[in-house]
Amino acid sequence: MTIAASVNGKAVTFEGEGDTPLLWAIREELGLTGTKFGCGIAACGACTVHIDGEAVRSCSMPIEMVAGKAIRTIEGLKKPDGTLHAVQQAWIAAQVPQCGYCQSGQIMAAVALIERTGQPSDAQVDEAMTNICRCGTYPRIREAIRTATGQAAIAVQGDA
Amino acid sequence: MGVKRRAFLIGSALVAGGGVFGIKWADSSARERATALTTGAKDGSFGTWIKVGEDSRITIYTPHIDIGTGTSTALAQMVADELDADWDKVSVESAPAETAFANSTLGRGFLSDMSGKPGMVAALPESLLSLIARAMPLQITGGSSAVRFTGQMGMRVVAAAARLALVEEAAEKLGVPTGELTTAGHAVRHAKSGKSLSYGELAAGAATRTLAETPALKAAKDYRFIGKPVPRIDIPAKVDGTARYGIDVNLPDMRVATVMAAPVRGGKLESVDEKPALAVKGVEKVVKLDDAVAVVATGYWPAIKGLRSLSPRFSDGGNGSISTASIFAAHDALRKGGDPGSSAGEGDVEAGLAADGTKLIEARYQVPFLHHAPMEPFALVAQFKDGKLDVWGGLQDPLSSKMAAVKASGLDEDAVTFHPLVLGGGFGRKLPMYIEAIPQVVALAMDLPHPVKLIWSREEEVAQGAYRAQASSVMKAALGKDGKIVAWQNNYAQPSDDGGGAAAKLFYTIPAFAQDHYKHVSNQTVGSWRSVNATQHGFYNESFIDELAYAAGADPYQFRRAHLAEGGRHQKVLDAVAKAAGWGTPLADGHGRGIAIVECFGTICAHVIEASVKADGSPKVHAVWAAVDCGPVVNPGNAEAQVMGGIVMGLSAAIGEAITLDKGAVQQTSFGDYPILKMADSPPTVRIEFLNSDAEMGGLGEPGLPPAAPALANALFAVTGMRIRSLPLLNQAGAKA
Repeated sequence: MTIAASVNGKAVTFEGEGDTPLLWAIREELGLTGTKFGCGIAACGACTVHIDGEAVRSCSMPIEMVAGKAIRTIEGLKKPDGTLHAVQQAWIAAQVPQCGYCQSGQIMAAVALIERTGQPSDAQVDEAMTNICRCGTYPRIREAIRTATGQAAIAVQGDA
Repeated sequence: MGVKRRAFLIGSALVAGGGVFGIKWADSSARERATALTTGAKDGSFGTWIKVGEDSRITIYTPHIDIGTGTSTALAQMVADELDADWDKVSVESAPAETAFANSTLGRGFLSDMSGKPGMVAALPESLLSLIARAMPLQITGGSSAVRFTGQMGMRVVAAAARLALVEEAAEKLGVPTGELTTAGHAVRHAKSGKSLSYGELAAGAATRTLAETPALKAAKDYRFIGKPVPRIDIPAKVDGTARYGIDVNLPDMRVATVMAAPVRGGKLESVDEKPALAVKGVEKVVKLDDAVAVVATGYWPAIKGLRSLSPRFSDGGNGSISTASIFAAHDALRKGGDPGSSAGEGDVEAGLAADGTKLIEARYQVPFLHHAPMEPFALVAQFKDGKLDVWGGLQDPLSSKMAAVKASGLDEDAVTFHPLVLGGGFGRKLPMYIEAIPQVVALAMDLPHPVKLIWSREEEVAQGAYRAQASSVMKAALGKDGKIVAWQNNYAQPSDDGGGAAAKLFYTIPAFAQDHYKHVSNQTVGSWRSVNATQHGFYNESFIDELAYAAGADPYQFRRAHLAEGGRHQKVLDAVAKAAGWGTPLADGHGRGIAIVECFGTICAHVIEASVKADGSPKVHAVWAAVDCGPVVNPGNAEAQVMGGIVMGLSAAIGEAITLDKGAVQQTSFGDYPILKMADSPPTVRIEFLNSDAEMGGLGEPGLPPAAPALANALFAVTGMRIRSLPLLNQAGAKA
């Protein structure tokens, strides 16, 4: 079947079976590999993208459900002039990533949270940021979200 | 008398405009091979590791894969300092997976660690070490080794020698003494005449000079990069989705495969009806392997759908009765037999435990199998074409990965190329000695007319791990009337003896102690899980000494302190963490503090954890303080990140992680039943202090982890009075002893 949608502002058509998860359509059909496969059961969030502005775990979203939707992936966060999104800049400033594999999903989840709440509280961060990071970068993710939204950093710094 | 072979730092001139400086080549063929692989006609380089281009840019060929621990940045900091380089003119590339790049410095470091005799290893000729490294073959990233061995013992030396050669070359060309020359901005400068020559102009000539074998290294006061929180060079590509991992490799006409191996380790594939999979649109082939079945399709989705449609029959290899309980029962039976396979320690433990007037204390501890759970499941691409095999992937040891592919394919070494990519988490899982995915993808590629990407499902990843061993120990100690430990015995059961219980060995001052190993091997593959044996022994030792403190009526911090050498490194680390955490100051109702200190990979790390018990009985971690003595810190920002990550991973495992067995098979399937700690449960406050001592440089990827479990369990004991002797502790915290 053919499904028309938009990805990062461009019109696309997906040609796969209707039950194909959006993750694999994005990665294998469109070649946008910034969105990662982690578990396939929407448990880890490595595959998080935005659908009409909401954070969605694309490994469990069949393409037949995204007809006509606006999809945004990590590749679509930069401005057209190449400037990084403020959240990406905060991620660099806080030196968040270690292995980096989960970070596309973490960033997409954080951008959706910030777009929804403006300045998320710690409780809102805990509730929304349920993506798994095996490297254990959570304290720096929290710090990056705070700095990206103009909030003071909290006590996660070392004394080195 | 044999001829004493000597090895030198050697440079190599290139065709035009540069030179390569390599470390201590054992033979010239390795040097020529490495030079050919890393330099173009117009480049020059210094050694296997450092190339100075005609444009004066410096390229470092690291034999390590940066598995996310920031080693590439740290190595670049070290080279940049020794070469007085500019940060934006230094770059890092992965060395090709070739034996020419095998890492003799790493061999030296590992031998030092394993033998416990750095002096003896230091005396070995470099040629022998290089041979060992190439035979092993060592291009591994593990053991928290990249910075302390390759960097401190290798790259800094090559870089310093290269700088001296550049200066000597300039002195000759300018006709001035070397003492009048300085280096800055990738040039050698002569202040008196105002003349200067760029590194690029000097490199080719410099690389033909005899390099100093023991060049003076920069003093700490002259560091421009070492010791500074330099931003990591790999991070920008990890925030915009452009970093290329193994799973991201796409080749023209490529197929995607996924696989299921025998659920009971040791079993074989007996039969499978291929038809249901072949009926799935996009599925092209079902491939039967010895112990697994694979489905090849046009994409991952049809491949996994096809695989799930199959009902393969596997044998159980005679392992169908193994369970978590049967393994622990076997441990206990071995201990009851009382005949350890190996013993190590000091003093007469039996006499100490039986001494008159002492209080004997005994406790049994146990820990489960742990899964590494890297976020990127195995994803390898292979292509077999015209007799040549190419393999792509993000693994922890490119050279050994290549050798595994050579072995699996039966091809000559020259016919196989391994292409290293960024790694989506390693933690010890992506070491080639137990990566079944390598022979699997090689078998598929040699069976198919297309390149193929093999992706393991998360379910396969969880079920077919190379786990931290399920292990147990009966701890015994005798307390004297003066409140001091007289004797201590760790009766541990696990597959390997860890070099005589290296991780179990006590640094406390106790007259008699022993590590007695009872060897038990199950059907599960056991691998190196971050921090390796220090995880279980840290839990045993630091929980048990807490028990002894309470039994002696002493404060757990002061009790440990009294058993540590006065003014020694361990005591300083313990004091630092206690001070930072405000040990002994009042706490909120229902909160408790626990303390623990573990040494591993040359680094001493202590934690204080403040915790309470939630209404549902699960633990709540409020704050973690850590003090770390790893000697000098190369990159404080990244060092903090490594320890922080270790704390979170250690807490995750302690709180909820366990791989259990029933009827020989793993019972967990994915992140739903193998829970990894998330943001909401990670500590809101983490404070890490580095002592920045002048001790030998220690590792940092691993040592932050082991104290977390005992410090948390000890904190919960302070709250509940219940001693946690079995991990994970989920749902135990609320119960009263």
